[in-house]
Amino acid sequence: MNWIALKMLMGNRGKYFGMIAGIAFASLLIAQQASIFCGLMLQTSGQVRDIGGAEIWVMDPNVRFVDDVKPLSDTDLYRVRGVRGVDWAVKFYKGLARSRLEDGNFQQTILLGLDDATLVGAPPNIILGTLADLRKPNAVIMDLEGYQLLWPGQEPHIGKRFEMNDREAEIVGICRASRTFQTFPVVYTRYSQALQFVPPERKVMSFVLANGQPGTNPQALCRQIEQQTGLRAVTQNEFAWITMWYFMGATGIPVNFGITVALGFVVGTAIAAQTFYLFTLENIKQYGALKAMGAGNLSLMGMVMLQAAVVSLIGYGLGVGAAAWFGQMSQNSGSKLAFYMPSVVLVGTGLAVCLISVLASLLSLRRVLALEPAVVFQS
Amino acid sequence: MSKVEQQALVSCRGLVKNYGTGNAMVQALRGVDLDVYGGELTMLVGPSGCGKTTLLSILAAILHPTAGEVWALGSNLTALSTAKRTAFRRTNVGFVFQQFNLLPTLTAAENVTVPLVLAGWSKRAALDEAFKLLDRMGMRERGDHLPGQLSGGQQQRVAIARALVHHPRVLVCDEPTSALDHKTGTAILQLLRSIAVEGDRAVMIVTHDSRIFEFADTIASMDDGQIMKVERDRTAFVALSPPADAVPASASSQP
Repeated sequence: MNWIALKMLMGNRGKYFGMIAGIAFASLLIAQQASIFCGLMLQTSGQVRDIGGAEIWVMDPNVRFVDDVKPLSDTDLYRVRGVRGVDWAVKFYKGLARSRLEDGNFQQTILLGLDDATLVGAPPNIILGTLADLRKPNAVIMDLEGYQLLWPGQEPHIGKRFEMNDREAEIVGICRASRTFQTFPVVYTRYSQALQFVPPERKVMSFVLANGQPGTNPQALCRQIEQQTGLRAVTQNEFAWITMWYFMGATGIPVNFGITVALGFVVGTAIAAQTFYLFTLENIKQYGALKAMGAGNLSLMGMVMLQAAVVSLIGYGLGVGAAAWFGQMSQNSGSKLAFYMPSVVLVGTGLAVCLISVLASLLSLRRVLALEPAVVFQS
Repeated sequence: MSKVEQQALVSCRGLVKNYGTGNAMVQALRGVDLDVYGGELTMLVGPSGCGKTTLLSILAAILHPTAGEVWALGSNLTALSTAKRTAFRRTNVGFVFQQFNLLPTLTAAENVTVPLVLAGWSKRAALDEAFKLLDRMGMRERGDHLPGQLSGGQQQRVAIARALVHHPRVLVCDEPTSALDHKTGTAILQLLRSIAVEGDRAVMIVTHDSRIFEFADTIASMDDGQIMKVERDRTAFVALSPPADAVPASASSQP
């Protein structure tokens, strides 16, 4: 019966393409909006993920996300180092600095101060200059997008100078960094240098970055650090998620995107269900004839569900493909659109399409199952 | 063999069928007795709303009667569950509908395969069988055409092939000539008659078209849910023409 169901479906091209279009539209909207949402959330935690080399972040217990810096005292570093199982621990500065450009303009920048000795937390992808140059006086490494924001239209080059807190900073390297949620330029420098680029405060250390001894369970070590120091210790991945959850909870972003996703779901369901129901109504006499000729309800259910599954699968493929193409195109064109399509978006969109398919076929199934075969004798 | 000695392929006794309940109840059949024999063409005639189609539906195991018994091919249809009645129809009953009811997106041959596919045949084997049957009916070259590309007579032939492909003993036809011109309708009736005789099948036809009465072996005249007369004398069939108001204007004029 399957080939009969498929020929019935594909023979009615108007309805067939209408149903596919409905589901493709829903898939596109759901996948695209969910991917933009994921992209935005990824941006919120980009700075955490960009800090390489350290698997544990130690911070004030009241820190809620990566930008919510509550400074620690220098003695906290030694307390962390004193915890059994900690291999090493270093200082890390994170704050906002006000940069003054040569034309007198000001621009907020994200200033990251790396441990002077080890440079733990250095940018992962330096495209101009070397990390070692960071040891020079007043040296900073800036991210490419930040550079293009400060000096639009100029080719990035080493030696560019600007001021922070009336101190001259010289760019010795350009790196690629994850786009930040605030869109500010990211400036890497040594910890001691960073303290000169910001006004003096009594406590300045933002985080302690640490690693466990080989074979140590990072989560267990975090609990150990917390017990012993009273500070908060989390793994890098946990901190990224803590940051993302903060933005999800504290901003209206999930609600806004959720509304669009829900709209896509509802509109897609409405289009697909209505078209599929009309398609079934159009064929109701044929279903009646099949029933009269001895087709059981199970066979007819199978036919309807196969038809729904086929249009759903094709619509899903087209919709998700279009969303991925859209994301790829926007990234290729240098757009600043936040777009990240993890497998969970594909699975989630697939589940939504399954639900649409079930809802769309339910109306039709109800009609077909309740159909009396004697309907074929009604002219 | 006389009709008294011959075993009826389909018979019903005391058949009652009510639709609705209470004040809205309509009695479509009021105690119908009928025997339909193999090798014969039996026509159910009568004015609109007299219960012909209801009787045909019950005899074809589509509807369940309110009271009475139906026996077909040795099975008591009234005692069968819905699923078993469905299986009975699948195996033993062929259907020819007024509007053909061919699946419009399937070719003629594919339409013919439907009863075989329902019986579990593979598509390839069913298509081979369908083309053989279409060949015998002079329709082989039309096998790959869609119903929309066929004339009314050709569509009805395809529908008859579909009704016969699984070799049922009972064939039920609902107004098989009403959508056809007289010449084509006559050809279709000749075909149905040969099907009845050659295959020892019971062919039941509901019709308003008095011009095809000449092809019948038995005519059961119905009125108000009852069989008024069962006529087997061909010379008397001419007198059985239904009232003029019962014959739809389109009955003999549609292309």
